[in-house]
Amino acid sequence: MEEGIIKRYTILDTGVEPLRNIQRLLNDQEYDRLTATGYGRYLAQTHLNCPVITEIKAYAAGADFLFPGCRTVLDIGGQDSKIIRVNNGKVEDFEMNDKCAAGTGRFLEVMATTLGYTIDEFSQLAAQSADTVAINSMCTVFAESEVVSLIARGEDRRSIALGLHQSILNRILALMGRVGFEEKIVFAGGVAKNRCMIHLLERKLGKRMLIPEEPQIVGAVGAALTAYHSQDSPITLNHRGVHVSRGRVRKERSE
Amino acid sequence: MNSHEQMWKELGLDVELHKELLKAIDKTFKQTVGAQKNRPASMEYFDHVLHESHGGRVAELIEARNKGGKFIGTFCIYVPDEIAMAADAIPVALCGGTQFSIPYGERMFPRAICPLIKSTFGLALSKTCPYGPIKDLGVGETTCDAKKKAWDVVNFHVMEVPQKKSKLDFDLWYQAVVDFKNRVEELTGRKVEAKRLSETIKIMNEKRRALQRLNEFRKHDPPPISGLDALVVMQAALNDDPVRFTEHLNKLNDELEDRVKKGISPFKKGTKRVMISGCPSVMGNWKLHSLIEKSGAAVVIDETCTGTRYFENLVEDGSCDLNGQIKALADRYMKIDCACFSPNNERMESIEKIVDAYRVDGVVQYILQYCHGYNVEAIRVAGILKKRNIPNIKIETDYSEEDMGQLRTRIDAFLEQLR
Repeated sequence: MEEGIIKRYTILDTGVEPLRNIQRLLNDQEYDRLTATGYGRYLAQTHLNCPVITEIKAYAAGADFLFPGCRTVLDIGGQDSKIIRVNNGKVEDFEMNDKCAAGTGRFLEVMATTLGYTIDEFSQLAAQSADTVAINSMCTVFAESEVVSLIARGEDRRSIALGLHQSILNRILALMGRVGFEEKIVFAGGVAKNRCMIHLLERKLGKRMLIPEEPQIVGAVGAALTAYHSQDSPITLNHRGVHVSRGRVRKERSE
Repeated sequence: MNSHEQMWKELGLDVELHKELLKAIDKTFKQTVGAQKNRPASMEYFDHVLHESHGGRVAELIEARNKGGKFIGTFCIYVPDEIAMAADAIPVALCGGTQFSIPYGERMFPRAICPLIKSTFGLALSKTCPYGPIKDLGVGETTCDAKKKAWDVVNFHVMEVPQKKSKLDFDLWYQAVVDFKNRVEELTGRKVEAKRLSETIKIMNEKRRALQRLNEFRKHDPPPISGLDALVVMQAALNDDPVRFTEHLNKLNDELEDRVKKGISPFKKGTKRVMISGCPSVMGNWKLHSLIEKSGAAVVIDETCTGTRYFENLVEDGSCDLNGQIKALADRYMKIDCACFSPNNERMESIEKIVDAYRVDGVVQYILQYCHGYNVEAIRVAGILKKRNIPNIKIETDYSEEDMGQLRTRIDAFLEQLR
């Protein structure tokens, strides 16, 4: 970012060597300030000596920048899902799933594979299904065996796919019930690219979801903004955020 | 932990597995307690107590037993140590706080019960607990269903802790204390007499006073001691001989008084002040305190069974007859505001006082996984904190490391909110 304008971004798989990937992204790049966020933030901090913020704070700041005045951020990422109540870009309250991949993008990825779909086919076919099969297990491991039994029983794969989306929806609704929500609602994270999920959420809540053009960089945008505002008297600045989390290294930077 | 291999062999422990256990606990200790900076010098003794908990302390108990003493294993702060001590028995709290033994506990007990129970019984089942083989009596209580039924499996003496606070419940608890006295007398063959009981009441009151004084220092900004070190002191309190413990705690307290005067602290002035509220963190479990303090806040008070619930309220022994003393003991222990009570208004009132006295910026409600009492009561606690605009977060977790990433994010984000 430069002077609060997004100049460029890159989305990259974190892979098994996140540090090497971060270094590759930052190679030969000029910047004045850098802030890291995401699960790998401390790893980045150790090697790049940069400040860190949680992705909760980063998403709140990033979402407010992209959709000024937004009050709720729903983020369903690879590692976890969270609801953040936002006021003026600041975190008011948040809820997040505890330890496992239940209710996350990872859950959908594993289930798509179990059904023999790519992740895109998975959401498209689920959206087309008229019927749904109830999935009781929220645990990724148990749900997988439940899906296998449903396939064996001869259930339509599309109905199973829809059922899996609905089970995520229920999980998200429970989180939203605990922390509450208000419009405007921003839906971010990788799962915000899933048309079926957007449709289900909008229908259930009776509210429109605001989806960023690139839902996966909201955290990096928030980190870059935090870097921008971190000191007094901002001069002309190139500032960037790195979001290191499961599945992706996200970075956006200025030219 | 120090090695006492010959003793462990004689106790019938799985010596090799036991070595692995000690190695695992040592590693966790070094990464958490040991990694802290600017600790009070007097903490050395309390570290030593933890390191000797499977060694020197056990040897000491064996020696006492050889001289005719009896050793009682306890699992909850409702068991009145004063009575056991007055009958010449030695009570030691034996709750397990290590992930290491949980898979062994799960071989017999259901997975969906709290880690404290699974860890405790896992130590016994894997033959890595040196206290089991020398225990003359186990004393349990009825503070939750899983514990209540676990005592039934191992044939412990069970003290019935009531669930309400009516006249009927006070009578029931008084009777439970009397029954405990009778059971201990039967075990040791010695009568509990008023004179000796007044001595042991005094010993335990002194211990509580010293712990209260330690916690008074934590009210300072910055506190002269980390929350993690205060927890180590509490964990030592549950294991050590009470007279020796109090002596050393008084030394630590004097050092803390000096540190306050000189402004020495592991924290900077203005560090955000966090209260941990809910379930206990027993020996081996330094996870949450360490996480919070590594993230830059100070734990300034524990509203838990390894905190205020243990040392609040002295026994008000104004009488010299045995019945009066037992009544005073029953009254003091009945004031412990465990979440097994319904309603539990006393705990709500206590929390309001503590957040004021310690000028708490935020509260982490610590729920051991599957502890339904504290988990559900967290709703009421959150309600009273919200009214006072004190942010709170509920963390439900076990002893394992698997959720460290998510926990760190949640705690960091919670602390960001306090800024």
